[in-house]
Amino acid sequence: MASVQVKNVSKVYRRDRQEVPVLDGLTLDIAEGDFVGLMGPSGSGKTTLLNLIAGIDKPTSGEVIVGGTNLAQLDGRKLARWRSHHIGFIFQFYNLIPVLTAQQNVELPLLLLRMSGKERRRRGRTALELVGLGDRLKHYPRQLSGGQEQRVAIARAVVSDPSILLADEPTGDLDRKSAAEILELLERLNREYRKTIVMVTHDPHAAERAHRVMHLEKGELSN
Amino acid sequence: MNLFSLVLVNLGRNKRRTGLTALSVVIALFLFCSLRGVLDTLAASIRVGSEARLVVQNKISIIFPLPVVYRDRLAAIPGVKSVSYANWFGGRDSVDPNDFYAQFAVDAVTYFPMYARDALIIAADRPQAEIAVPAGVDPKLAAFLAEQSACVVGERLFKRKGWRLGQTINVDGTIFPGSWPFTIRAVYRAVDPAFGEEAVIFHWKYLNERGMGGRGPVGWYILELADPNGAAALSKRIDAMFENSAAATRTGTERAWQAGWVSMYGNVPFLIGVIGLAVVFAILLVAANTMMMATRERTAEFGVMKTLGFEDGMIFRVVLAEAAVITLGGGLAGALLAKWAIESSKFNAMGFLPSMTVSWATVATGIAIAVMMGAVSGLIPAWQASRLRIVDALRRVQ
Repeated sequence: MASVQVKNVSKVYRRDRQEVPVLDGLTLDIAEGDFVGLMGPSGSGKTTLLNLIAGIDKPTSGEVIVGGTNLAQLDGRKLARWRSHHIGFIFQFYNLIPVLTAQQNVELPLLLLRMSGKERRRRGRTALELVGLGDRLKHYPRQLSGGQEQRVAIARAVVSDPSILLADEPTGDLDRKSAAEILELLERLNREYRKTIVMVTHDPHAAERAHRVMHLEKGELSN
Repeated sequence: MNLFSLVLVNLGRNKRRTGLTALSVVIALFLFCSLRGVLDTLAASIRVGSEARLVVQNKISIIFPLPVVYRDRLAAIPGVKSVSYANWFGGRDSVDPNDFYAQFAVDAVTYFPMYARDALIIAADRPQAEIAVPAGVDPKLAAFLAEQSACVVGERLFKRKGWRLGQTINVDGTIFPGSWPFTIRAVYRAVDPAFGEEAVIFHWKYLNERGMGGRGPVGWYILELADPNGAAALSKRIDAMFENSAAATRTGTERAWQAGWVSMYGNVPFLIGVIGLAVVFAILLVAANTMMMATRERTAEFGVMKTLGFEDGMIFRVVLAEAAVITLGGGLAGALLAKWAIESSKFNAMGFLPSMTVSWATVATGIAIAVMMGAVSGLIPAWQASRLRIVDALRRVQ
């Protein structure tokens, strides 16, 4: 069974009085444990598609079913709870909270789950060790390099053990070496931990790491 | 880390702004509680008087005296247990004329037994010779009773002026001219702080013989009643008794008499209350503006938190808690500071009021206002943050 099913989804944004169609009847299946690269020019709807899969935006028409759950049937509160359990999101600009240490940033999603403070700290530490930052627990984002910040962001995305990782240009703000490290990390998460990954990227080198690459142009997909 | 530490960390991201906002709340609540303290003190001054005592004064005004012969007629009224009398002296300290304190001439033998429960004699000179002290009078007042120019001084005034027992102080009379020497023979302590400890009490006989040529009109009479329930009827009866006399009377309970003094402040209490609320309202707007700025700056962060799975209600509570911590912390500090500072100062408007007090009810009101400030100042930003659409919030970064 597919981990992500996007069925005939259309998305139209309204700016002022103008309607801007972004996705047009898009259909896509992503199997569990798959690693999909999503490419396309700016404005083609890649991020919109990622947002729809994450349940942080709603389609104008069509259905998005993730792990058997039809997201349209969840209200805002249930959707938030579902997201905290099933989705890990990695942003291009890391989006760490600047006043929290690396460990506190990673613990943030765990505040939404029932567990003791001790367990939260243990899991946060484990996630940071997994991304190779076990020695940077007390560092603030400003004390880390871009690559390290993105690794903290990945640790934050995986700490609650979600089944799906959505990465929106995770290497877009990094130098080649750091980008390679991040991509290796994502590959490892996919290979060893069976995480389903959907990665938006402009970089063909990054896209090569995916099992399959899909191109999105003018709201339509092609392999 | 937990949600509360997240709130504290967020407050610490701009320490200067948080500190200044909290300080403004501290000052607002300090002013509010201090101003309310004035009202508390005025209320306390009304409670000074007893319901079991009547005060008889001239019907025209307190500044007009009453004949001394009224004393026996008042004492003869059934239900009157004892009669005392007093005069306002209105002198100025000859050493420091600007340092005002009240002076009263009283009939000591009747006055001190009447107020035995309100004031205690805590220090006194020994009399030079053994003298018999009238029944009901504290034996420690023997030296005071034996000497016509002796006086009893309130403890606070005694300490403030650095006086000592046996010292002669000089007061320049304004109503009764001349320099008046008084020898301090005893010190009293107010049992109820509202009674005040800033007065010099001396013998009415001294004032009568030296200042009034022995003709002895008195300022006001104080009657102790056998049954406080009869106060109203007795007041009417006394006023009726002297209605056609040269000096008609106005009689009321001592508490009502004190309230009459307070009523002379007119609308001042109302103004004080309004000023206090205006200060709070102004700071409320400052706090609300600060919270709005603080949340607007973090729009993208709220988007990230929501992406991680934070519900709208949780974001709402976090922002509201941040406002509450600032205003509640500031309010608590301001209200308690006001209580401590005002009561430590023991300011008493030169003896016209009891020592200033800030009641616990006022402190509680201040804290309640701080809670309300937190709710109101945090409500709009919290609502805005909770209603943010994730895609709109994240667009601020991208």
